Amino acid sequence: MKIVNWLLLFSFGALLIYASLGLPNRGDADVVMHREKSPAGSWGASSYYIRNAYRDAETPNMVTVVLADYRGYDTLGEETVILTAGLICYVLLRNIRNNRNEKNPRKAGADAQA
Amino acid sequence: MRKHKYNMIALTVSGVVSPFIMLFGLYVIFHGHYSPGGGFQGGTLLAAALLLIRLTAGFDIAQLQWKRILGTPLGSIGVLIYFGTGFLAMISGGEFLNYAFLPFAGITEAGLRSLGILMVEIGVGVAVMAILVAIYDDLLEGYLHD
Repeated sequence: MKIVNWLLLFSFGALLIYASLGLPNRGDADVVMHREKSPAGSWGASSYYIRNAYRDAETPNMVTVVLADYRGYDTLGEETVILTAGLICYVLLRNIRNNRNEKNPRKAGADAQA
Repeated sequence: MRKHKYNMIALTVSGVVSPFIMLFGLYVIFHGHYSPGGGFQGGTLLAAALLLIRLTAGFDIAQLQWKRILGTPLGSIGVLIYFGTGFLAMISGGEFLNYAFLPFAGITEAGLRSLGILMVEIGVGVAVMAILVAIYDDLLEGYLHD
């Protein structure tokens, strides 16, 4: 069983390395995704952002403009995810620790000191 | 309760370094328009400054700096700042999160968008800072604090 696991691991790694050989070079301007127009001839969204970010928002950092203005909904969702994680930590940990304290109140600090 | 044994070197160094980390966090939030950074990164730096004091001075003394109970409400307030910015734009005639419709007089449309981005980043920074500290405090919940 262990051999099968290792075999799967290495074959999958080899597959990923083989697939990475087909990727374009970094910063290659001729690749499809870096061109201004898509193969169908329409203007891509990224070229719009690069051309108009400063005109639209007077902010030199176009990453900030994309993050907070053009993709505002996405960032609102991200922040909600963080809030949800915090609330779930609050609910889960508070419950577990309180239950244990009620059963044997003196035990709670013991494993902290151990 | 076991008495906390302070490490004077760690306490002094963190006391000196923590305000500078905080200042750098504020810089990263407010300078996000011109340099890499923004709400998430700046909020994480602010939380790091608070957690440094929590680790070295102990949980109880660190309550003087930042109360445990502040964590979750302030995280909600951060999300509300973001949502309120979008909602403010909506009730004054635009779409949700369309900052050009924010009701501040005397600023051009592009300037309003810049201002809206700043408000949103402040909301993100507050929420991230509060939630990260709150998660640390929740992990300590129920143990004897020393």
